[in-house]
Amino acid sequence: MKIPAPQHSGAVGVARPRLEAPDKVAGKARYAADAAVPGSAFGYVVTAPVARGRVRHIDSEAVRGMPGVVGVLDHRNAPRLNPEAGNFFGPDGSLRLLQDDAIPYAGRPVALVVAETFEQARTAAAALRIDYATATHDTGFAADHPSARPASTAFGPDAEIGDVEAELAASAVIVDERYRTPEQHGAAMEPHSATAWWEDGRLQVLDCNQGPFTMAMTLAVLLRLDPAQVRIRAEHVGGGFGSKSMLGPHLVLAAMATTVLDRPVRVTLTRAQVFQTVAMRPATEQRLRIGADTDGRLRALHHEAAFAGSPIAEYVENCPEPSKVLYAAPAIRTRLTTVPLDILPPYSVRGPGLTPGSFALESAMDEVAERLGMDPVDVRLRNEPAAGPVTGLPFRGRNLAACLHEGARRFAWHTRDHRPRRRREGGLLIGTGMAATCFSTGALPSSATITAETDGTYTVAIGASDIGTGARTALTAIAADALDVGPERIRLRIADSDLGLAWAAGGSRGTTSWAWAITMAAAELRAAAPATRPFTVSADTSEAFAALPYAERHAYSAVFTQVAVDPATGEIRVRRLLGVFAVGRIVNPLLARSQAVGGLITGLSTALHEDGTRDRVTGRNANPDFAGYHIAAHADVPGIEAHFVPDHDPDDPSGIKGIGEIGTVGTAAAIANAVWHATGTRQRTLPLRLDRVLEPGRTEGDLPVR
Amino acid sequence: MKEFAYLRPTRIHDALTAAAGRDDVRYLAGGTNLVDLMKDEVYRPAVLVDVRHLPLDGVRDAPDGGLVIGATTTNSDVAAHPHVRLRYPALSQAILAGASGQLRNMATVAGNLLQRTRCGYFADPSQPCNKRAPGSGCPAIAGEHHNHAILDWSEHCAATHASDMAVALAAFDAVVHYETLDGPGIVTLADLYLPPGTTPDRETTLPAGALITAVALPGAAASRRSRYRKVRERASYAFATVSAAASLDVRDGRVHDVRIALGGVAARPWRARHAEAVLAQQAATTEHFRAAARAELEAARPLRGNAYKVALAENLITAVLDDLAASHDGSAAPYDTQEGSR
Ligand SMILES: Cc1cc2nc3c(=O)[nH]c(=O)nc-3n(C[C@H](O)[C@H](O)[C@H](O)COP(=O)(O)OP(=O)(O)OC[C@H]3O[C@@H](n4cnc5c(N)ncnc54)[C@H](O)[C@@H]3O)c2cc1C
Ligand code: SF4
Repeated sequence: MKIPAPQHSGAVGVARPRLEAPDKVAGKARYAADAAVPGSAFGYVVTAPVARGRVRHIDSEAVRGMPGVVGVLDHRNAPRLNPEAGNFFGPDGSLRLLQDDAIPYAGRPVALVVAETFEQARTAAAALRIDYATATHDTGFAADHPSARPASTAFGPDAEIGDVEAELAASAVIVDERYRTPEQHGAAMEPHSATAWWEDGRLQVLDCNQGPFTMAMTLAVLLRLDPAQVRIRAEHVGGGFGSKSMLGPHLVLAAMATTVLDRPVRVTLTRAQVFQTVAMRPATEQRLRIGADTDGRLRALHHEAAFAGSPIAEYVENCPEPSKVLYAAPAIRTRLTTVPLDILPPYSVRGPGLTPGSFALESAMDEVAERLGMDPVDVRLRNEPAAGPVTGLPFRGRNLAACLHEGARRFAWHTRDHRPRRRREGGLLIGTGMAATCFSTGALPSSATITAETDGTYTVAIGASDIGTGARTALTAIAADALDVGPERIRLRIADSDLGLAWAAGGSRGTTSWAWAITMAAAELRAAAPATRPFTVSADTSEAFAALPYAERHAYSAVFTQVAVDPATGEIRVRRLLGVFAVGRIVNPLLARSQAVGGLITGLSTALHEDGTRDRVTGRNANPDFAGYHIAAHADVPGIEAHFVPDHDPDDPSGIKGIGEIGTVGTAAAIANAVWHATGTRQRTLPLRLDRVLEPGRTEGDLPVR
Repeated sequence: MKEFAYLRPTRIHDALTAAAGRDDVRYLAGGTNLVDLMKDEVYRPAVLVDVRHLPLDGVRDAPDGGLVIGATTTNSDVAAHPHVRLRYPALSQAILAGASGQLRNMATVAGNLLQRTRCGYFADPSQPCNKRAPGSGCPAIAGEHHNHAILDWSEHCAATHASDMAVALAAFDAVVHYETLDGPGIVTLADLYLPPGTTPDRETTLPAGALITAVALPGAAASRRSRYRKVRERASYAFATVSAAASLDVRDGRVHDVRIALGGVAARPWRARHAEAVLAQQAATTEHFRAAARAELEAARPLRGNAYKVALAENLITAVLDDLAASHDGSAAPYDTQEGSR
């Protein structure tokens, strides 16, 4: 069908605070673990301490008699699950809990103890004796690990354009370096919780997730139910960052327990269990080879990435994505390898693929500029492609150059002396750095229903999810403009799988996808010009989506930063962090800024702090809490600036692109490049831990500056 | 968490009686460490004796120009006390460099001294740990020990003591006062903590059931010119990687009095007596500071994954002494009690 022209009554583009903010501040907003479901029992998850092996015996009889215990689920009495059930990448063994005695990774749930109270369940779980048969495990990731194999091509094939070796041979300068990034966790503030119960033949679930519709579909497959039998709601979600974009173990266990025990069951993970049982970003190791001419033009770009995986589920950490999009080069080659290990299957976390991938690419681009003695901004501008460097497809709104120019202007970049280790303040070394980046955008099929009510208001129903981003507020503005009424006349219903097909809050595609469906339904409603009310229309964007022309659709950003490094201690402090974004039309400047600033902060965390470590002997997570797994504290966060350049996607009815993750993506490379500029030493391993930066034998009194 | 009885005595004798002869009774102060460990079932006490209603709160002047700090005085109150800030600025800085405002409002002096290590294996009863379960082994030595000890550890345990406050107290020769049913006792901070040896589960020399009543700081001119510097993996709200408390009195360009203590390097706050001895009467120069730091760290035995702490401790000692020496000629404020993060 033809895409209807957008209406602009003026709600879109206006800075409005989140609609649910007063409720959240007053403690009235109910999160998954807050809802009181009458008659609930509480499940406590028991996890395996060994990274590979078998459950030999579980002495569940011994705890069944303990105070309050309602039941114990393990592989002997749990309902059988459908092995076909999976995630975006296919069947996923991390969903098939309590099906057999095998332990494929440390932290694997092996039992659920259910009791009248959480505390009773926890006490009984602590008393549960389990006998394990341990097998030799392997959790040591390395790109050249013998089990390395080509990754799934779910995000497209490897690139192979031109003759990389010939172009490298003809290059004036060559950078050939390896970059490493650690395991990282979503680290959302709200721990995962779900309450499940059967009601009139339907499985009802209150969960915290990033997309109730997709979760319900997956759960129906997993439990072999008719999709109409499953209803999942997730009204308020305390952050996701990818960690709530797949069916969580808490939900699978709650659904099984309520089925067996015939009463509502709530399962809430402890913080340590969130780290151990909810998928993380895998460790990566990347090699970049870039060849360039003396004028800064790239000849060859070769990006090889390996990431840790699992034999029981497919996943793709698509690190080379920016190397297929950002720069023109006659030869581009990408390779993507996965190394299956005895770890929890990884999954998407905050800017999957691009966060580690752009760290490698944009660090290497800085090294190209260094070897050429050029301004790193100029090197990037010199390599602007006219069309997709690998696909040859046209770009839809490519405003990277605008981001670079605007960022450089605001940062007074032209005053920079590009040579490293030239500036000091007392014992501190000062440096600046930048990075460019992209993030793939676009809408995915969704549906919306709008009812024109008799009182002149409109009920807009869409299976969207608001994980704290402000989606509710943004969609209300979209609906108001599309219906040409004030936002106060919109009543938005979201976060319920019963509301129909809807993409999740994931891939920075939530608002884009949902807004399209709402705009379409609103156009149909206005076209119908109903004489009587209530009057309801529904719209589904699947067909319009399928009819979209192939194109390179991306958001862009340029990040500039200044850091101070104390070489005596290795401490790095970010002093200024500036992001300029081309992310399509801005629906709500206040919320957009929050997203961008939040993204920059998580990028800063990625650069300096986040480090999921494993015990090399046991293969277990070694820092499964917020005292051990550091994210930036307030004192680490400088004044952050986020600016937007005019941008829009011509194919999207609202001109929206997507804003969630791009803020995170470019930040780590910008900071690492600034640390090089300050110290003269390249840091190619994240995080930029102080032990990696520290200069032995040097303090202010004897600090050499070139 | 196991169920427990809760007592709230107002007289010291009642508290001592409740705890006497039992190993399943614990004193509860701010609870910021104890309650966490109970939730994780590291501690499973049958009785908690709340000490916060005992008459042990407050800071008072001692006749020798020092201070006596009551055991239940909160960390926040100690850090803010004007006499602490004036006479022992490093103590105030150390406390403010620890935890968060909310925690410091709850945490007490005695609780801070007796907090347990942050070694991740210790807090997880599903793993072996000699300190928690004697004889079960020490997984940290072969496993994760990025933030473990470099000095005086044993193959039975390489954990560090986590307190910032105790590092400053060690530099100032603090004395711990306690009560038992047999009467009062004292122990210097230097003698309070035991090296791990073969019994890392035994951490202090306090008699069983002892109730800490106060910490006394002797008066000393040098302590007024003191600093605490904490290096950690983020700008705030993290335990020390390595920290240093030092005081320095320079006369005629020579070191007249110097005290140095390190945190994050051993199972106790590490008084760097060797470095102090090397510096005595030496010219106050960067070279001498560094040489003294090296002399102290000759005894260091880093593990596979924490050798950086040796270089870091050396740099830190040198930098802090440099700072203090510079403050002698008025180029830096000696009484700065801000949380010294940069
Ligand atoms: C998130 C977090 C971050 C932290 N960061 C830091 C940091 O950066 N630096 C730092 O130094 N500390 C830090 N801490 C630790 C904090 O300082 C301690 O938890 C606190 O000082 C303990 O004091 P409390 O009064 O709460 O002790 P409690 O937890 O009540 O007790 C601790 C122990 O002391 C015993 N005890 C208490 N009072 C007495 C007494 N009068 N006589 C005998 N025994 C007694 C108790 O029985 C118990 O064994 C942090 C803690 C947390 C939770
Ligand atoms: S270092 Fe000490 S506290 Fe840590 S695991 Fe070993 S014995 Fe336990």
